Amino acid sequence: MVTLYRRLPRVEYVQPKTIEELLALRAQYAGKGALLAGGTDLMPKLKRREIEAPGCLIDLKGIPDLAYISNAEGDGLRIGALATLRAIETSALIQATYGILSQTASSMASVQIRNRGTVAGNLCNAVPSADTAPPLLALDATAKLMSQKGERIVPLDDFFIGPNKTVLSDDELLVEIQVPRVLPHSRGVYLKLTQRSSMELAVVGVAVMVSARNGVCENIKIALGAVAPTPMRAKRAEAVLRGQHFSEELIEHTARTAAEESRPIDDHRATQEYRRDMVEVLVKRAVIETISP
Amino acid sequence: MKQITVTVNGTVYELQVKSWATLLDMIRDDLGLTGTKEGCGLGECGACTVIMDGKTVNACLVLAPEADGKEIITIEGLSRGGQFHPVQEAFMEQGGIQCGFCTPGMILSTKALLDENPNPTDEEIRRDMAGNFCRCTGYTKIFESIKAAVRKGDT
Repeated sequence: MVTLYRRLPRVEYVQPKTIEELLALRAQYAGKGALLAGGTDLMPKLKRREIEAPGCLIDLKGIPDLAYISNAEGDGLRIGALATLRAIETSALIQATYGILSQTASSMASVQIRNRGTVAGNLCNAVPSADTAPPLLALDATAKLMSQKGERIVPLDDFFIGPNKTVLSDDELLVEIQVPRVLPHSRGVYLKLTQRSSMELAVVGVAVMVSARNGVCENIKIALGAVAPTPMRAKRAEAVLRGQHFSEELIEHTARTAAEESRPIDDHRATQEYRRDMVEVLVKRAVIETISP
Repeated sequence: MKQITVTVNGTVYELQVKSWATLLDMIRDDLGLTGTKEGCGLGECGACTVIMDGKTVNACLVLAPEADGKEIITIEGLSRGGQFHPVQEAFMEQGGIQCGFCTPGMILSTKALLDENPNPTDEEIRRDMAGNFCRCTGYTKIFESIKAAVRKGDT
């Protein structure tokens, strides 16, 4: 039984004005300061007493210009730590070149939540069903992490280490998500299995990016959500199809391999067996969708 | 306590708020504007929807200190000189209200939707209203109210 207090625990609140100031606070509070971006995951967790109250909430929103979505040099997409899900959904730049991301964002929660919640926050909360993770994994995204000691670039594939756990350390900030240029002839889709059509977490999420030419699969990336302790790439499944001519048999083999690679659990939303079966169905459907005219 | 300056329904307020107070607490308890309702308190139901800098938010998930410098519109801020807002008129005319608890949020979400997209498709209406729950009845009358509000905007 979850006790619902509805009131927030007593926490301090600070709003640094620069990244340097924020990183100093991160270092100073160590494990006792929680980063606050949109707050759409953090506030319910605090109200439900699901996590220990941090001594202090460190709000990113005092730092100017962290909400950017840019493709300045045409060498790839850069998403700032404060770019909201609604901004991703409605950005003309993303819709034109990274349609899978706007499509994914539009599938999440409600307008109210998307107006506040950020992509970076969705990744840092690191729930296995985080919707933005599979498409970003399929796009080979990397995360730029900063601390007072310097910065590092972590492939998203190495970013998640368990349910609600990432490599982000107590003194770091995920400052930017970087997405490489999409190959020509590429298409991607995110399929989200849910019981309702909105306000729903993924029971299974499947993202597929395919670059196809003349009936040949030049490259393919498959990423799965909600079927393992972390969002994951299905690399053995990708290898089945990469470099091959598309055929129904090979696509089915790919989908079966992805299902074998997944490591779902039973919970109140679905059984392990059902989730695994649905990985197969959705991967097949997603690959066919990306290569259909 | 934090000192904040916030504009609510066109009036500028200087307030002292607790750092752990929500925008919803501030609106209801400090300003006495009880039209904004607390439903789930967790950002699921939309009863506490207000418009902050032109965008709808769940006031239960926003901290009062985060509202510093922002412009907020609550249900009390929609009427003009004793005249109801066209969206309010539409909800009354179509009977898009039963107990009324979800209504302020429904109306503010509708206003924000129509400000951005004056002629939404049926599908767009359903999708953009997904974060506002009504627990009395179905959504038919609410949907009809929104359609009526669209027509009012056309005239």
